[in-house]
Amino acid sequence: MGCVMRLIPMGGKNMTQKPILSIADMSIVFSSPDEADIEAVRQVDLTLTPGKTLALVGESGCGKSVTARAVLRLLDKNALIQRGSITFEPKGEKPVDIAKLKQDSLPLRAIRGNQISMIFQEPMSSLSPVHTIGDQIDEMMTIHEGLKPKQARERTVALLDQVGIPGARERADAYPFQLSGGLRQRAMIAMALACKPQVLIADEPTTALDVTTQAQILDLLRQLQADFGMAMLFITHDLGVVAEIADEVAVMYLGDVVEQGSVFDVFAAPKHPYTQALMSSIPKMARKADRVRLSPIKGTVPAPKDRPEGCAFTSRCPHAFEPCPTIRPARTDLGNGHHARCHLLTRVPVEEPA
Amino acid sequence: MSTLLSVQNLSKHYTLSGGLFGAERRLDALTDINLEVEAGETLAIVGESGCGKTTLGRCIIQAQPSSAGKVVYHPKSGGDVELTALNKRQIKPWRQDIRMIFQDPMSSLNPNMRVFDIVAEPLRIHKICKGRELEDRVIGTLAKVGIPAEAVGRYPHAFSGGQRQRIGIARALVLDPKLVIADEAVSALDVSIQAQVLNLLEDLKAEFGLTYIFISHDLGVVNYIADRVVAMYLGHVVENAPTEMLFERPRHPYTELLLEALPIADPTRRKGRKAEVRGEIPYLGNRPVGCPFHTRCRYAQDVCRAEKPALRPINGTAQEAACHFAEELDLKGAYDDAPAREFA
Repeated sequence: MGCVMRLIPMGGKNMTQKPILSIADMSIVFSSPDEADIEAVRQVDLTLTPGKTLALVGESGCGKSVTARAVLRLLDKNALIQRGSITFEPKGEKPVDIAKLKQDSLPLRAIRGNQISMIFQEPMSSLSPVHTIGDQIDEMMTIHEGLKPKQARERTVALLDQVGIPGARERADAYPFQLSGGLRQRAMIAMALACKPQVLIADEPTTALDVTTQAQILDLLRQLQADFGMAMLFITHDLGVVAEIADEVAVMYLGDVVEQGSVFDVFAAPKHPYTQALMSSIPKMARKADRVRLSPIKGTVPAPKDRPEGCAFTSRCPHAFEPCPTIRPARTDLGNGHHARCHLLTRVPVEEPA
Repeated sequence: MSTLLSVQNLSKHYTLSGGLFGAERRLDALTDINLEVEAGETLAIVGESGCGKTTLGRCIIQAQPSSAGKVVYHPKSGGDVELTALNKRQIKPWRQDIRMIFQDPMSSLNPNMRVFDIVAEPLRIHKICKGRELEDRVIGTLAKVGIPAEAVGRYPHAFSGGQRQRIGIARALVLDPKLVIADEAVSALDVSIQAQVLNLLEDLKAEFGLTYIFISHDLGVVNYIADRVVAMYLGHVVENAPTEMLFERPRHPYTELLLEALPIADPTRRKGRKAEVRGEIPYLGNRPVGCPFHTRCRYAQDVCRAEKPALRPINGTAQEAACHFAEELDLKGAYDDAPAREFA
């Protein structure tokens, strides 16, 4: 798998870093007692590089959150990682296949929250309402690093300060309900960073926030990434946010990663019809004279059980032709780490659509 | 164009109990709002959460009583109707003309009612028609929003989010309204579905000659759909201007802040560090003296901390702003280097 080389200078120095986390050929299947199994994620390949951000973008139900949760093995009981691997290779350590670790085993718990941590969408429901935020962050460090409560509190205050919470020492004694949405999300980020993780997974961290707060949180995450050098997997449905924060982007549709590559390549020349359609369904920031009517994707996302054998996007694709419903398109390499799964890309160029 | 609705000096405050021994406190959700809605326009109301945009919508339709001021409706048939002066029974006929579409299509439809009844209910309540005529009207309206006649016997849970929003729209439109208040009507939808619903709202507006009050926090959508934009902050209107003027050159620092914070879906236009986007909306209960925005404003001077600026036309144009320095400040709009890229 090629890593993307042409990136904006962020951490600066290391341009060809080894990936820290590679998801290869991963499928996740949900089973239910009275229905057929559903393959919610189909053979996904993703790589995370230290200091870089990979955005996973797609509409609701496309499997982006399931993919992210699989990395920490936070899936529900009826979900199974049926094939593929999640290789985590921290600096100077042996690689581990997270997909093979036993649920809630010690090695997994040593990674969870410590080397790989996660920020959730709704800070109100993912923080404990009956503990102060200070206690919740202290706990991370007393458990994972064996710090004494006093030492842990010192680090907590420093962290809260670093994520921009004013009056950090006093705020550490506040309960989540006493903080605004933005501050709560900052506390959540402080908690995720408590053990200096090498990989940070952010699941729609700004979706519930106002645009102004969102801008601040995106800024903060960028700043912290430059300071800590962690790899980030950023899940969102907002293409604007992707363009702001990502180095690389992977577009998901109904369990498939249909296109992935550097954010500049994918936004400049999207190759998969779904990516193209997604981009033409958001209003452009343009004057009235340049205004074009939105061209939405026709129809709706089919239920996972109605997904065709072949390309998942067939039923809504304006360019669908014979092989689409039956044959799954291969992951086509378009150069520079840009990949897409579409039959149009491998079609013999006789009647190439304009 | 004629004025369809005027809001005059509208205020809304809530009284908070201070507990057993504490003093009562007053929370001002809306302060002295003045605006006019022209027939046929789409007026967007934007602002951060808690700025009062939803409260304003609800006060206009009188779903919530206002504390002071007037909401006057000017029907085509002539004669002004002061909605704020009417009691529950008197206002009922006017509720046919002003309808609302809600944000969350999952919770705004009654799960125990069939789609047909959800859309028919307003017709029955207002005793507009019954029997065959009612049936035709309901099915006709649902067809207009893209819900097929076969589906009318189903319950809301059988529909996707986008379809439910269409049902909500049908319920609003079945009474043939003049003014539709859409409160974050597309915010909960996925982008591809959002585009469908935006197009639908535009088509329906053209077909039925509707007027929209479009409440939203998404400035990208607002730029696309609105003719005029009202920016609200802490219960005040801080700017009121035609869309293009406002996005080209905002006249209030708060509007500039909102535009600055808006992510643009183009990595080559990445704005980098947004050091300018700072602070949070203060708690309504301890609102700052002077200009409500001065605590976050980077242009604030002494006068801003002492005196509240009035909303006024800037240089005699259609653009109104409530800032002491609206004329002098050169604020940044959102159209700079706007690309016009199209995909095949």
